[in-house]
Amino acid sequence: MLKVGAAIVLVMAFAAIAGPMLTPFDPVQQELALRLSGPTWGHPFGLDELGRDILARIVAGARISFLVAVVVVSVSAVVGTVFGSIAGYFGGLLDDVISRVTDTLLAFPGLLLAIALVAALGPSLGNVLFALTIIGWVGYARLVRGQVLRAREFEYVQAARALGARTSRILLRHVVPTALPAIAVQATLGMAGAIIGEAGLSFLGLGVQPPTPSWGTMLNGGRAHLLDAPHLTLFPGLAIALLVLGFNFVGDGLRDLADPKRKR
Amino acid sequence: MLHFLIRRILLTIPVVLGVATLVFSLIHLVPGDPVQAMLGESASPADIVELRARLGLDRPLLVQYGAFLKGLTRGDLGTSLRTSQPVAAAIAERMPATFELALVAMAMATLFAIPLGIIAAVRAGTRVDHAATTLALVGMSMPNFYLGPLLAIVFSVGLGWFPVSGRGTPAHLVLPAITLAAPLAAILARMTRASVLDELHELYVLAARARGVSRFRAVMIHAFRNSLIPIVTVLGLQFGAVLTGAVITETIFAWPGVGRLLIQSIGFRDYPLVQGCILLIAVTYVSMNLLTDLLYGLLDPRIRYE
Repeated sequence: MLKVGAAIVLVMAFAAIAGPMLTPFDPVQQELALRLSGPTWGHPFGLDELGRDILARIVAGARISFLVAVVVVSVSAVVGTVFGSIAGYFGGLLDDVISRVTDTLLAFPGLLLAIALVAALGPSLGNVLFALTIIGWVGYARLVRGQVLRAREFEYVQAARALGARTSRILLRHVVPTALPAIAVQATLGMAGAIIGEAGLSFLGLGVQPPTPSWGTMLNGGRAHLLDAPHLTLFPGLAIALLVLGFNFVGDGLRDLADPKRKR
Repeated sequence: MLHFLIRRILLTIPVVLGVATLVFSLIHLVPGDPVQAMLGESASPADIVELRARLGLDRPLLVQYGAFLKGLTRGDLGTSLRTSQPVAAAIAERMPATFELALVAMAMATLFAIPLGIIAAVRAGTRVDHAATTLALVGMSMPNFYLGPLLAIVFSVGLGWFPVSGRGTPAHLVLPAITLAAPLAAILARMTRASVLDELHELYVLAARARGVSRFRAVMIHAFRNSLIPIVTVLGLQFGAVLTGAVITETIFAWPGVGRLLIQSIGFRDYPLVQGCILLIAVTYVSMNLLTDLLYGLLDPRIRYE
C-alpha cells in the first residue's frame, strides 16, 4: 500500500510541477461557445460552465492543493512540536496553559473552527492556510507532549541533564527525535486532511476564490450542472479522492513500519 | 464513581468557557468594522451607529464579553440581523432536521461497519480482509462534497430513485444519510477490525475455544463483546465529525438543518446567527465527548480509578 500511495502522490506532484507542459490550454482561458461540452480528444476532461479546459484547471488546482498541504503541515508540525515539547518537558503552569488552549481548540469538531475563522476573516487562500494551521498544530502538540513526557524519563536524557547539557540541546538532540516517527505519520495523514480541508472550504465558497482554479471551487461550480454536465463534478472530485487516498496509503504504510504490531 | 463523575464534569467547564470566548471573539476578528461589513459599503452612518448600538459593539470589550456570557446562561444568543428572529429560536427550528440526519447516518454506519470490521478481523490477512481494509480507506479518502454529488448523479439524475434535495419523506433522507455515513463507517470498520483482532489474540478466547465453544460464539460472545468499549468510544467521539460533515452534506442536498443555516448566515454576514450555530455545534460536541467519557468510565472500572 505504501508503494501504491507513494506512486499516486508522485504522479500527482509531477502533474503539479510539469503543469503547463501536460496541456496546451490556459486554465483561465474561456471558450464560451463550447461551455459545458463533454470530454473529447482535444479536451479529455471536457469544458466547464465558462468554457475553460477542465484538465488544465485540475493540473493548476493540483498546485494549490500541494501548496496548502505543504504549508499547513510544515507550519503546524513546527509550531505543534515547539509547544508540545515545552508543555511536556517543563510541565507546571506552562503545561497547564498550553493544554487548556489545545483542549479548547479540540472542542471544535474538525473543520468547524476553520469555517468559523474564515467566516470572520473573509474567504481567501491566505485565510484558509491560517485557519487550517490553527486547527492543525494542536494534534502535533498533543502527540509531541505525550512522547516528550515519556522520553524525559529515559536514562540517557537524565544523563545528559546530569552532564549539564543545555535544555535546548537536550530537547533538540535527545527528546524531540524520539517523536519523529510519530510526527512523520501524522504529517502524512495531515497532508490528506489539509487537502480535504481546503477543498471543503472552497466547495462551501469560503476558500480559494474564482477564477483561481482549486479542486473544491471546481466542485462547487459543478453543483449547478449535475443534470446537464456531470463531468464538471466527476473529474475534480476524482483528483481530490485519488490524492487523499495516496496520502492515506502512505500514512498507513508508514504507521505499520513504525509500529509492526499493527501489521498483524 | 461519584468522584470521577464530578471531576470529569468540572474539567469540562473551562473548555466550554474557552469555546464561548472564541465564539465571542469571532465578530472582533472581522477585518475593519464588522458593522460596516454586515451592512455593506452603501450603508448610511446613521444605520451603522444604530446597528452598532443594537449589537452592543459600542460598549467596552469587557462589558460586551460579560453581557455575552450572561446572555448564554439565559439561552439568549442574540437576534438574527436578517430576519430579526431570536437566534436561539432560529436554531431550535432547524435542530430536529440535523439530528434526524446525524442519527440515521450513525445508525447506517454502525450497521454496515461493525459486521464488516468483524469479518475482516476473523479473516485477517486474507483477500476478504484486504478488500474490506481497502474499501475502508477508500471510504475515508472520499470527501463528502464529492460522494454527495456523485450519489446524486447516479441515483437521482441517472436512475431517478431518490429526490436530489429537500426534506419530507424517508426517500429524501437516503442520499444525505449515506453521504454522511460513509467516512464514519470507514473509521468504524477499521476500529472494529483492530479491536476485535486484539481480543482474538487474548488467551481467554483460546481458552473458550479449548473448552469447545464454537468459533462463532467465541468471536461474538467473547471477543466482540470485550472490543465494544473502544468501538463505543470512537462512535461517541465521531459524533463531532458527523456534525461538521452535516454542514457540507446539508448544503449539497439543501437539507434544512443547522449546518445549512450556518453557511447561509455566513453568506448574509449575519454574525449573531453564525456565532449561535457554531456555539451550538461545538457545545453539542463537547457534551457528546463528556457523555462518551462517562460511559467509558461506567463500562471499564479501571478508567474511574486512574
